[in-house]
Amino acid sequence: MSDPDAPPEATHYEPKVIRREDRRARVKSEEHDQIEYPIVVEGLVNQFGDFVVHEDLSLKVRRGEILGVVGGSGTGKSVLMRSIIGLQRPTAGQIEVFGRSIDDPGDDSEVDIRSRWGVLFQGGALFSTLTVGENVEVPLREFYPEIDEEFRHEIARFKVGLTGLPEETVAKYPSELSGGMRKRAALARSLALDPELLFLDEPTAGLDPIGAAAQDRLTRELTDILGLTVFLITHDLDTLYEICDRVAVIADKHVIAVGTIEELLATDHPWIQEYFNGPRGRAVRDNRDRTKAVDKSQDGKA
Amino acid sequence: MRDWAEFSVQEQEDGSTRMVLSGPLLVSTAGTLDKALRGWEGRIDEVDISECSSMDTVGAWTVWRFATEAQADITGASGEAEHLIDAVRSSASMADISPPAIPILQFLPQAVGQTMYIWRDGMFHSVGFLGSIIAATGRLLIRPSRWRTSSLMRQFELVGVDSLGIIGLMSFLIGIVIAQQGAVQLRQFGAEIYTINLTGRLALRELGVLMTAIMVAGRSGSAFAAQIGTMKLTEEVDAMRTIGVSPVEALILPRIMATILLMPLLGFYSAVMAIIGGAFIADLTLGIPFLTFLSRIQEVVPLHDLWVGLVKALVFGLIVGLAGTYQGMQVQGNSEEVGLRTTKAVVQGIFMVIVLDAFFAVFFTEIGWG
Repeated sequence: MSDPDAPPEATHYEPKVIRREDRRARVKSEEHDQIEYPIVVEGLVNQFGDFVVHEDLSLKVRRGEILGVVGGSGTGKSVLMRSIIGLQRPTAGQIEVFGRSIDDPGDDSEVDIRSRWGVLFQGGALFSTLTVGENVEVPLREFYPEIDEEFRHEIARFKVGLTGLPEETVAKYPSELSGGMRKRAALARSLALDPELLFLDEPTAGLDPIGAAAQDRLTRELTDILGLTVFLITHDLDTLYEICDRVAVIADKHVIAVGTIEELLATDHPWIQEYFNGPRGRAVRDNRDRTKAVDKSQDGKA
Repeated sequence: MRDWAEFSVQEQEDGSTRMVLSGPLLVSTAGTLDKALRGWEGRIDEVDISECSSMDTVGAWTVWRFATEAQADITGASGEAEHLIDAVRSSASMADISPPAIPILQFLPQAVGQTMYIWRDGMFHSVGFLGSIIAATGRLLIRPSRWRTSSLMRQFELVGVDSLGIIGLMSFLIGIVIAQQGAVQLRQFGAEIYTINLTGRLALRELGVLMTAIMVAGRSGSAFAAQIGTMKLTEEVDAMRTIGVSPVEALILPRIMATILLMPLLGFYSAVMAIIGGAFIADLTLGIPFLTFLSRIQEVVPLHDLWVGLVKALVFGLIVGLAGTYQGMQVQGNSEEVGLRTTKAVVQGIFMVIVLDAFFAVFFTEIGWG
């Protein structure tokens, strides 16, 4: 087993990983297994002055899925995310994350809910005075002070590596990175605590098509490897088709439909039809159909 | 209570040693295990992770790092665990977290050299800045229709009208202090009546303008630097340039004009408030009637004191405005820079004002306006 990416120390010895088929260790601990819906939003109302953003919005996110959230600009996708992670106090309604109300302070013995999620903000929101590595270390320092400095550095390094950034990026400051690299670095920080739940606010916005495709692949891979549940806000139709298990559509101040894209296409809501059957939506679908057709060699659509 | 990840060591029949890890191997539980394993000396041939109840990437890293170091194999991995170990293995790196620290002997000359370069660049930049302002002023004088009246009015409001309250109160109190403390000293010579001279001349010539300049530097100079700095960070300044709007005309000149034109007014207002404060305390404690105090001011304060104050106010206004806008335009990179530049704008503004004040004190005495 020779791995070209392995660090120098590994040249001395590369441990063999021997798998045991008869036994399956669970990756997730039992407590977390029981919760089928990590995010439950019910009857959410958000109002800024006279302007009502959400009215009676309800949404459930299943464990282990990537849920894409779409909606026109200004329909309150980001506001919904901010409400779920507790940055925005809703006017009314109930939000439960991991079965606990977001308002519930909980007692000290409980694991802080914030150590169980990671958030990727639209602009990355990396701390500009810290290097990428130090950014990744911030949540580790905050929640697990017992982790030694050396161990923490190692964790920061491999987290940055997981997001596909070259290793020298670790010591760079956010202002020295390109937009796409900054997004990946921010993703590394949101993964720092091995969260069960990941919030992504437009992870592919502003990336070139290659970068966006790589980001999509990365999200899917990490979701599969780490067993994440992902709440993903996007405008990117490719992302929706490529990696989302289900899609929630926000329009008219609430979630009008949740389901796979095929299920959504079967509804006759005008906004959904326009969204997926508009010129861009069709282009993506045709493209995919063509790819499939080529794959199946002439077995494609009529 | 958290369950920590634990380990035990077993001797095998064939003479090899096996380490069995148990409990959850998570970021929240691996901290102590890692500490114990890091100092491990003995020989380990096999790391058994089949007893682990759960695992995440940090746990996988702990296992893999230890196995690599101890030259042991990992056994009992479930499919997911193998996946995780594979993922961390391929993303392992030894890169530094922070840029490498530089030894002091190298750092010191480097820092001195860099400071010199910064000073040199700062000199070029400030000369260039001054030049662009003069050029823009020239353009505006030729074509006065390009004056941005509305933004100038807005700055008048922010720099002048909004600060009337605080400057008035401050000056009133300073007037009280000068008159009261002056009277205490002058009483020893039976010259209490000179309190009026002291208050009137100090207020008009020195303190009114100086304190106002300091207040304007703190209020408006800092605001200029922060506003323009933030606009630079959000690329608003660049956007202006591409649209064909000169940032010097749109942002800098209105602000500098506001401080230049309003400083004399504010300085005079401040002096008047200080004199009223002095008259107020004189009426209360010295037995000099309020109106007598004011009419005596007219007799004992020479007119050139007012001119001295007004000329200084113009120059101080220019200094404060220049420092604020210049520092704002120098912002680059990150938000921390905005804070640094704002501080610099205030410190430089006040420092330059006081240096020039000393210069003016000598200058006006020499030309006979003592």
